[in-house]
Amino acid sequence: MIGVKGLLERWVFNHRQDESVPVFIIRPSKGLVAMNLRELWQYRELLYILIWRDIKVRYKQTAIGAAWAVIQPFFAMVVFSLIFGRLAKIPSEGLPYPIFAYSALLPWQFFAKALTEASTSLVANERVITKVYFPRLLVPTAVVLAGLLDFGIAFLILLGMMVFYGITPSWFILFIPLFLLLAIITALGVSFWLSALDVEYRDVRYTLPFLTQLWFFATPVVYPSTIVPPSWRALYGLNPMVGVIEGFRWALLGSAPPDPRMLLVSSLLASLLFMSGLIYFRRMERTLADRI
Amino acid sequence: MGDIAIRVEHLSKLYRIGPREPYKALRDTLTAAMYAPFRAVSAFLSGRRSAVQNSPSNSYVWALKDVSFEVKRGEVVGIIGRNGAGKTTLLKILSRVTEPTEGYAEIHGRVGSLLEVGTGFHPELTGRENIYLSGIILGMKKAEIDRKFDEIVAFAGIEKFLDTPVKYYSSGMYVRLAFAVAAHLEPEILLVDEVLAVGDAAFQKKCLGKMGEVAKEGRTVLFVSHNMGAIRGLCKRGLWIDSGQIVMDGDTERVVASYLNRIFEKGFEIQTHGSVSDDQLQIRKVVFKNSKGEPSMEFAPGDELVIEIHYHAPRRFNRPYFWVGIVSQYGPLFGASMLFDGHRPDYVEGEGILSCKFKSLPLVPQTYTVRIGVRAQDGVTLLAPTQEVGFFNVIGKMSDYGFQGELAEILSWDSSPIILPYEWHFPDGQIISVDGFGSRGYRL
Repeated sequence: MIGVKGLLERWVFNHRQDESVPVFIIRPSKGLVAMNLRELWQYRELLYILIWRDIKVRYKQTAIGAAWAVIQPFFAMVVFSLIFGRLAKIPSEGLPYPIFAYSALLPWQFFAKALTEASTSLVANERVITKVYFPRLLVPTAVVLAGLLDFGIAFLILLGMMVFYGITPSWFILFIPLFLLLAIITALGVSFWLSALDVEYRDVRYTLPFLTQLWFFATPVVYPSTIVPPSWRALYGLNPMVGVIEGFRWALLGSAPPDPRMLLVSSLLASLLFMSGLIYFRRMERTLADRI
Repeated sequence: MGDIAIRVEHLSKLYRIGPREPYKALRDTLTAAMYAPFRAVSAFLSGRRSAVQNSPSNSYVWALKDVSFEVKRGEVVGIIGRNGAGKTTLLKILSRVTEPTEGYAEIHGRVGSLLEVGTGFHPELTGRENIYLSGIILGMKKAEIDRKFDEIVAFAGIEKFLDTPVKYYSSGMYVRLAFAVAAHLEPEILLVDEVLAVGDAAFQKKCLGKMGEVAKEGRTVLFVSHNMGAIRGLCKRGLWIDSGQIVMDGDTERVVASYLNRIFEKGFEIQTHGSVSDDQLQIRKVVFKNSKGEPSMEFAPGDELVIEIHYHAPRRFNRPYFWVGIVSQYGPLFGASMLFDGHRPDYVEGEGILSCKFKSLPLVPQTYTVRIGVRAQDGVTLLAPTQEVGFFNVIGKMSDYGFQGELAEILSWDSSPIILPYEWHFPDGQIISVDGFGSRGYRL
């Protein structure tokens, strides 16, 4: 009996039965580099421990530790509610502005933090990278996935706020993992690009604050996407985070469902970012240790 | 075929050196990209093949050039050669950290590489956590670490500090823990680079023993070291690399002897890359000599050390400043600098030798490197930038110099490498003087 898992492994990773002595061929690589999913699978324990390390180290030597995961989006919410909700009176689709903003801040901050930390992750791990071999893809991936813990903690607060505002989630809440996945894929794609670029061009780390700020305003965090003219929606959807955040609000708070065309464009672009990032990263990976 | 562990064929690696440019700015690449088509067209029109490849600011050096060899399963090969010979580059290619520029290598078996002590260690994490982190980064499975955990802790001897962040460890504890993790790697092929240069003597012995075990179990080891004793003790086969090429490959005793002979005869020859301008003083080679005037690499504590600098001055340089520095693994120790003492030769011109004699080395048994640099008359212009020119070993037992404490041998590796004469004044008025290495064989 092979079982589903065994079949899957054989099919995806071209698993060989006798694994007595693996043979590695070392030569200058040319052209496109194979993805080598099998190797990534073999290194899964390394991924787990890198995620664990990033989580463990993140709030070391802070007084309040993981509370930061809550405080950051919470205070952003308070400030946005005052400025955009009270003063600028930006519409919030009939929802209380604080929860309108907070529900968007969750995926947004996950994304922005992933970008900030992952883009410098290769350079930060320079010592290991120049001393031992492993698929370097795991470094930015671990940073992005480690951010999910913060997301989870902050999500609990959101549930509390929903109770406070008397919002009962519908069964649409089951779509949340799907939108989260879209956010993860987008974050991974952009992180692959930026981290590999950062090795060669340290300009990345200086450009990043502007990039995230621009991206923030191009994403419906503090305003609803309905204020964007309908003819611009498809273009607007080129930003995959639009689909993510509209999806979050719809699935959690029952706001207007996201425009399917927009969602499609968002998903396509996220996949494109992810695939191209993967290819670019693999190309850079082979000379990474010399350039870093 | 089945008994080959490593097959290397015509392996070469090209590195860019010259003006040190650790990373590019995007702007430069963009401008280069903008001009590239024009340059290509103009190159085409003027009949040159490619203008892009000939950018003058970059010079390249072959860190490895056309290296071929085979290693059989279970063989333990010692790789020797001066600094910058290409030993580390070879290990980096074989461990897949970096790619070769040309050539081919075939590795039969899982590779564990120890290119530094404490790979993957994170200072904020505890000893326990770092054992797992470093172990997995080095290629162990978690289940494997679970199994060997107690053994690793016992090997390192840090039971009490298991749950202390390693940033609070002493350097000795840190090294022991790092090495304990590494020593429990069980790959088919182990690549080790000079990591034994740190750690106390007793611990080194333990590690060497562990490596010996590894070899007996039929695993293959490639071992880079300056420690000829360790190479002799561990390896049957030696590989001497110089300037990226194999000089000699064969029986360890023979290879080590030839290598040492070369150094004794010729000193450490200094390679100059690319063309040297007329404004530079070239340091051709550096020879270390003992009190008898014989070239040597091994000195006892308290011995005399003469550093002979063989230079070539392409033109007359008036009143240059020379300096010599002795550096340990912990950093710079002491030296002699004309910038401090104010004595300088009137001029240097053509071939010549300038020596610096340290009358008594106050050094404990370790490996030390020597740095040399030269400045022009103005004290600012560099005639020869500070560079590492060679290394020597201080050998011997601390007990021969009256250091008889239980930890004498261990501390000689673990603490500061200099010992000066000192006195203890006890509460009862008794005065005990410790003479350091001043007079040999002195007993308390």
